[in-house]
Formats: sequence, structure tokens, C-alpha cells
Amino acid sequence: MALPAYAGPLETTWYYTFRFLCGCIFLFLITPILVIIPLSFNVEPYFTFTSGMLSFDPDAYSLKWYEDFINNTQWTHSVKNSFIIAIFSTILATILGTLAALGLSKPHMPYRSLMMGVLISPMIVPLIISAAGMYFFYSNIGLSQTYLGIILAHTALGTPFVVITVTATLVGFNHSLTRASANLGANPTTTFFKVIMPLILPGVISGALFAFITSFDEVVVVLFLAGFDQRTIPRQMWSGIREQISPTILAVATILVMISIALLATLEVLRRRSERLRGMTPG
Amino acid sequence: MAEDTVQGGPVLAADGTPLKASLNKAMRKNRIRALLLVTPLFLFILFSFLIPIFDMTFRSVDNWQLVELMPKTTAALADWDGKAIPEEPVFAALVEDLKNGAKSREIGKVGTRLNYEKSGMRSMITGSARKAVKVKEGPYKPQVLKFHRYWDDLETWTVIKRNTAPYTIGYYLNAVDMKYDKQGDIVMQPENQQIYGKLFLRTFAISLGITIICVILAYPISYLLATLPIRYSNLLMIFVLLPFWTSLLVRTTAWIAMLQSQGVLNDLFVFFGLVDDANRLQLMHNLAGTVIAMTHILLPFMVLPLYSVMKTIPPSYMRAALSMGANPLVAFVRVYMPQTLSGIGAGSILVFILSIGYYITPALVGGTSGTLISNQIAYHMQSSLNWGLAGALGALLLASVLVLYMLYNKLVGIDNMRLG
Repeated sequence: MALPAYAGPLETTWYYTFRFLCGCIFLFLITPILVIIPLSFNVEPYFTFTSGMLSFDPDAYSLKWYEDFINNTQWTHSVKNSFIIAIFSTILATILGTLAALGLSKPHMPYRSLMMGVLISPMIVPLIISAAGMYFFYSNIGLSQTYLGIILAHTALGTPFVVITVTATLVGFNHSLTRASANLGANPTTTFFKVIMPLILPGVISGALFAFITSFDEVVVVLFLAGFDQRTIPRQMWSGIREQISPTILAVATILVMISIALLATLEVLRRRSERLRGMTPG
Repeated sequence: MAEDTVQGGPVLAADGTPLKASLNKAMRKNRIRALLLVTPLFLFILFSFLIPIFDMTFRSVDNWQLVELMPKTTAALADWDGKAIPEEPVFAALVEDLKNGAKSREIGKVGTRLNYEKSGMRSMITGSARKAVKVKEGPYKPQVLKFHRYWDDLETWTVIKRNTAPYTIGYYLNAVDMKYDKQGDIVMQPENQQIYGKLFLRTFAISLGITIICVILAYPISYLLATLPIRYSNLLMIFVLLPFWTSLLVRTTAWIAMLQSQGVLNDLFVFFGLVDDANRLQLMHNLAGTVIAMTHILLPFMVLPLYSVMKTIPPSYMRAALSMGANPLVAFVRVYMPQTLSGIGAGSILVFILSIGYYITPALVGGTSGTLISNQIAYHMQSSLNWGLAGALGALLLASVLVLYMLYNKLVGIDNMRLG
């Protein structure tokens, strides 16, 4: 929507005002995330810019919060926990979710909307309610304060994303391909791995990424279910904010921002690949 | 085949069975296969998610304490008419139950349960249990009446009788600021004790406010993203997607760094002389903190559906309106905006659903004036341990979310939900 050549002064003014407003909103979205990056290099234990930082004095910057993060066993333990829990729940969620999505996309699926509603429910129900319910139930069956309990809980929370993304990929899926494959003598397993899987892979991977980030970022269920041993990064940040506020949290936050940038890039690549496979021009 | 139809007999498949039956068989096989694929996840969600939630909401009506821990009193009170203090047999049963409760150390649970309905009953029950242990023989009534003055009060017995039922609506009454009065009729709580109704209203009001702010902020940028050439809009999209993909805790931490009284925003205000150094603005631990941080966190959920709707609107409609003499504002309001309504609806319901159940951000930046119903549920789960009330509040919240979800499903369809 470039400014047309015949635009009058009013339109020109509005054009630039509008762009300025949009700029402000984009600034509102991105500033908080960018601000924590320089703050994490602060030499003082504050959450704020010191005068030294503003005059770019090298002594006002330091890596000590990163060192603290690496040397603090509580933090390193929480990093390990986060990855263990996220990886296992992602694997489970991806397998269960992909299978279910394949079933849901079959034209003969009975009770489709009911099934979809049930499978999506973990995404709809407010986290505090899920967490409270799981707290009682998992305590009764001896799964609270165990890795298994949290992995199962996170799997439940992650599956809706896998179901949604894989079903979305399957919408554009040409079912005569599987018939062709069967016709040429492939059994269902071969058909799945050689024909279906490569085509829906972008959807599966982006669903898995959603499941991973859901588990990696989840704190409410962890607050209720985890014991001290199962503390994850967000849980550690939660107590960091509530109890002993230290810029180590900012260092961790900066690292997490870097991870989400990497994730974003991966997803973008996948999206382009998926569109190319479906014969659309990559955006 | 052609001969078959001519003769009027059923069309046969290759193996000689009627085609219809054979087709039905194949369809059934397909249906079963589809079901089998969904079953593992369905069972998993059922056991790991739905049953726990039913279990929790069941706690909001479950009234097991007296039935299980005071069985004899429960039985003795079964045909008490409620008109006067009960007679000797009830007191004998009571003493026995109190003795057993004191021995098993479970009597405190009865006290706690009764205390929700009438304060002071916890100490009455535990105190009486201690004294009951020393009672050797009857008549019990005069001895028990000396344990505590409440035993001579008809209201005490009304409360006990009411809670000998295995199910209660007491927690729900509490959750909507009602209670039983002395005669056992349902009345509103006194004005100064009505907290949950106000909290629900506040939660809805804050969520509505956040939703409206999100629409106002998301509309212009979605429009810009949808109308810019794709290479610019993809670049600008990063500004929306990066916050979307960034950890919730990170964004909340970032807002703490921005909003606190020694934080970035206040420093800027002081630097530009907008605010005096001595009275920096209180932007956090109050309503403002919750609204600002949650708007930032939920804004991408509004931008993405709006953007995908706006993307489908052909620019020629606007040009047509303009060329037929509408001024730009009229053309925008009458031609463009109506076409974006579905996007506004989808985004609004999504943002509203997410914000009424929000817990983390209000807990960290909300202080007392910025907390929502979720925080109260967490409080009753973890601190006050009134799980029945937590269950009732949770069930009410869940019900409102489900109603909104059905609206969303009708409007957009869950299949059309866009992620990232």
C-alpha cells in the first residue's frame, strides 16, 4: 500500500501518522524482549540501566550473571530437567498426536467433532484447573513429584498442538497417493513411512516444536506436581522472581530468547518447505 | 454385471457377495481403522487429563467428612426434626464418634469442614473430642452441653444435620457469595464478605478490557502486515512472532524490568522530566501491571487471526468504493471493516478465553488489585487447603470457558485454528 501519486496533503499526513502508530505498536511488542538482553550484562545486581551502561563504559558490563548461571547447580539441574521432561513428552505427544490426526483425517471417522473436542480439551481448559485436577489425581496414584508424572502431564498439554498442525497438513493431502502405493504392492507400514510420512513431515515437526515449547515453557503444572528434584527452568525463574530477584534470571531469559529465535527460524524454513511441497509459491 | 441389473437381482461384487454388503463391510473396516488410530490418544487424554478434572470438580460437591468420620451421629440424626436440641441417643452417638475421631486423629477434618459453614466450629469439635475421651458413662447430654456453649445452640445442630448428607452445594454457595442463615435458608453473604462475585466480575472486566485493547492495537498492525508487499510484511511479522515464541516467564521478567519503580520506563519518564524522581509511577503490583503485561503477551493471539482474515480481502473492494465516491473513512468503515468482523470475533474470543484463566502473570506483577480468579483458586489449593471451594471456583471458571469455546467453535471451527 504505497502512497499513490495523487495523494493529497491529508492522505499524506494520515499515511505517515498511521505508519508511526504501527511503529509504536511494534515497538511495544519487541522492546521488553530486547531490553533484557543488555540488562543481563549489567555488572550491578539491578534490573535497570546504570549510568555506566548508558555511557558504554566497558566496566559497567560483565558476564558474571552468565557465570553464575553456569556454576549454580540449581540452575544447571533445572536445565537438565527441562530438557529431559520436554524431550520425552514431545516424543510421546508427537507419536500419539500424529496417529490420532491420521485417524481424524480419514473420511470415515465416526464422532469426529466429539473426538476432536476431547483431544483438543487440554488446550482449552485453563492451566490452573488442569494443574489442580492433576495434582489430586496424580498424588492419589503416586505420580506426583516424579518425572513420569510431569512427563505425562506435559504430554497431555502438548498433544492438541500436534493434532491441530498435523490435521492441517493432512487437509491438503492427496489420498489417491496411498491407494496408488497400495496398488503397487506396498503394505500399510511401508506406505506410511515411504509415502505419507515424508509429505506430512513439516506438519509433524512443527507440531513437535509446539509440544516441545509447551512443555519447556510450562510452569503452572510444574508448580503443583514437581518436587524440588524436578524443578524446571521456568519453575526456577518463578521462584527467582518471587524470592531472590537476581539478574541471573535476565541471563537465563536472554538465552531463552536466543532459543526462541532459533525455533522461529526453524519453523519459517519448515513453512516454506511445506508450501513448496504443496505447490504454492513460498511467501 | 449388466445382466444382473436387467434381471433385477442385487449387484454382486467380484467374490459373489452383494455389492452393498461388501461396501458396508469395507466402510466398517475403514471406520474401525480410523477409530483405532485415535483410540490411544483418546484413552491417554481421558486418563491423564479428563478424569483428573472430573475428580477435582467432584470435590466441589463431595461431603464425605461427617458421613465417614461421624457415622453414628449421622445415623442418629437421620430422623431428627430440627425443631429442638436432639435427645440423649444422638449425644451418645456423638460422644462415641468424637472418641473414635480423637483416637484416629481424624476429627480435625470434621472440624475444618464444619468451620467453613460456621466459624468457631473447628475449635468446638477438636476441644469436645479431647473432653469426650474422658467421659466414661451416660447420661451424655448434660456432659456434652458443658463441653462448649455451641452444643446448646440449635444452629450448630442444623449445620451438623445439613452436612450429614453425602453431597453438598455449600462450596458453590460460598463461591457465589451466598450462605445458609441460622434457620438453614440460603441468603447472600453480608456486603463486606462478598469476595468471589466481585472477583469473577473483576476477572471478566479485566479480560474484556485486555481484549478491547488487543483489538485496538492489533487492528492497525494486522492491516499494515496484510497490505504491505510480502517481503516487508514477513520481516515485520518477526515482531509479532518473536514475542509469541518467547517464554512466558521471560516476557513477565522483561515487564518487571520495564515497569518496576526503578525500571526502564520510570527511568525514561524521569529523564524526560515527565515524572519527578521522588514520585515515580507505581506501574507494577497493581491492575496496571497485569493489564500491560497481559496485553503484550496476548496481542499475537489477536494479530494472527486478524492478519489471516485481512489477507483474504481483495484490495479492489476498497478501490471500487473509493472510485464510486465514498470518502476513505466511509469506505473503510462500510466496506473493509465488515469483512474483518470474523477475524475480530475469532481473535477476541481466543484472547478472552486465555485471559480469564491466566495465572502466572497476574501472580507475579498483579499485586492485590491485579489478581484474577485463577490466583484465588491457587490460593485455596495451596495455602488455605479448602479444596472443595477451589473445586467449585474451578468448575465455575471451567463452565464459562467451555461456553466461550463453543462460541469460538461455532464462529471459527477448531479445525481452522491457526498456529504461528
